[in-house]
Amino acid sequence: MNKSKWFFTPVLIWLGLFLIVPMLIVVAMSFMQRDTLGNVVYSFSWEGYKTFWDSLYLGIYWDTIVLSITTTVICLVVSYPLAYYLANSSPRVQNWGLILITIPFWINFLIRTYAWVLLLRTQGVVNSLLIHFGWIDEPLQMLYTKGAVLLGMVYNFVPFMVLPLYVAIEQIDRRLLDAASDLGASRWKAFWHIALPQSKAGIMTGSVLVFVSTAGMFVVTDILGGSKSSMISNIIQAQFLGARNWPFGSALSVIFVLTSLVLIILFSRVMKSRSDRTREGGNV
Amino acid sequence: MIKKGMVLMIELVEIEKQFQGQVVVKPLSMVIEEGEFLTLLGPSGCGKTTILRMIAGFEQPTSGNIVLAGKVVTDNPPNERDLNLVFQHYALFPHMTVEENIEFGLKMKKIPKEQQKERIAEAVAMTQLTALTSRYPHQLSGGQQQRVAIARAIVNKPKVLLLDEPLGALDLQLRKNLQTELKHLQRTLGITFVYVTHDQEEAMMMSDRIVILNNGQVEQIGTPKEIYSSPRTLFAATFVGENNIFTSPQGSFAVRPEKLRPQRSEEGSMKSGVIQDVLYLGNVHKLMVVLDQVGEQQALTVTIVLDSTDEESWRVGERIGVSWNPKDEVVIQP
Repeated sequence: MNKSKWFFTPVLIWLGLFLIVPMLIVVAMSFMQRDTLGNVVYSFSWEGYKTFWDSLYLGIYWDTIVLSITTTVICLVVSYPLAYYLANSSPRVQNWGLILITIPFWINFLIRTYAWVLLLRTQGVVNSLLIHFGWIDEPLQMLYTKGAVLLGMVYNFVPFMVLPLYVAIEQIDRRLLDAASDLGASRWKAFWHIALPQSKAGIMTGSVLVFVSTAGMFVVTDILGGSKSSMISNIIQAQFLGARNWPFGSALSVIFVLTSLVLIILFSRVMKSRSDRTREGGNV
Repeated sequence: MIKKGMVLMIELVEIEKQFQGQVVVKPLSMVIEEGEFLTLLGPSGCGKTTILRMIAGFEQPTSGNIVLAGKVVTDNPPNERDLNLVFQHYALFPHMTVEENIEFGLKMKKIPKEQQKERIAEAVAMTQLTALTSRYPHQLSGGQQQRVAIARAIVNKPKVLLLDEPLGALDLQLRKNLQTELKHLQRTLGITFVYVTHDQEEAMMMSDRIVILNNGQVEQIGTPKEIYSSPRTLFAATFVGENNIFTSPQGSFAVRPEKLRPQRSEEGSMKSGVIQDVLYLGNVHKLMVVLDQVGEQQALTVTIVLDSTDEESWRVGERIGVSWNPKDEVVIQP
């Protein structure tokens, strides 16, 4: 065995103990039952998976996927122009831009999310201003809606999209854009045919980060969505902590991990250019 | 060479370029004829690439005008100029195959599909890339990438092809082969080539005319023969080929090493000196001779090139006389 491979040992032990083993426990748990007191009964059962087919849970499952995809798309659309602008700015502007983007991370995530409550609630800043200027008579119900959850998600995860995009765009060889322009491409066409395909890796990374983070988030839904809107993570959390139905919670986790995997694989298939595929096949 | 009856292709009218107040290209006026192979030659930082980029449209001249085929294009972006640039490091699109790279310019100009196919096939055949069209740039050697860059440009049938040190990244043998190929291609196509290089040998071999640049200023414009046999400035005299520069109270003059003649006795010779080194180079050999000091002047080392017909055996340390025909003296501006 190559000596350098030993460098991976710590990370392999870490991942094995704290990712693989817990995952296996969750998978095993999902095929068990619980008794009336909420204790896990160690005998095989499909009960957890059968419960999932309840229309209530299917609806939440679907909502979660839709919300996660919507968040990802909005983050992408909002972040790409920003990342593109930054990557093409002077080093000074780039530094300041990156600092501004990471500043929110200095503040606790819960506090940032609660700040939105102050802004959005019925007597909140936004409603007060709108009423003050006479644009509305009655305060709008903004808090505890799906829109508020979407807003909170986008707000929290935009940096996760901007940073990988910025890195990918910054690495594009500017001479390629010159070459495109020399060959008759307008600025827009040079962007579309050259810059955009060259930044695919960043789009891919950013989208997966945002999608997975959104799908696994329950705090934002709790704070901004109230009791009416739930995501699959809220249900999972409730099963483990509240309802004490660990097998069902595990079954939901397994289903959602598999769903995310399938979606990510599909997405990367679509994104993968032919050149990447030939590259994998080695030199022809 | 400018022959009568040729058509004017590019006209540079007093173009000047400054970067942050620093003059990179001093006001330059010149014309380039249709079908001409013109080379901008000079050391790095002399402004040759800046001139090329101004013609291509990537740089705006600080003042002056650029006229392409009778049309002022000074303010037009690169995509609105009927010329193409072969970039120094090729700038091939990594996510496209050879064919897609070559097709790109035609697609941008919305050339009909069938015509595209025809022209691509033509360009590919001319650059010997037929077997490689479905490869990606990273699967090609340097020389092959170079050919793709050229095919991608000539497929557009531009009026002018600009080449920015296109062979700079290749090894010597490949360079030599591609020089011949490029020259041949230029003759076949009849396109005006504006070629940038710092390699004087390359410039001599390929060009109809050479523009010698130094510090943003034109030192001389002329055919390779003119440049070699009658350099006007000190820079031109020493940058292209080897030269011996003599200074006299009347001014400086240059004599090429192959024009100097050594003789065994100092009697009747124009200068005298001691052989410092004898270098055997196969087809020729070189004598390095330290001339005797005359008055205040510094000791001068001259190079004499002798061809293989010279059968004398010259020894290091030997005192010899050096002469030349006064008509081979080229007066140069200081």
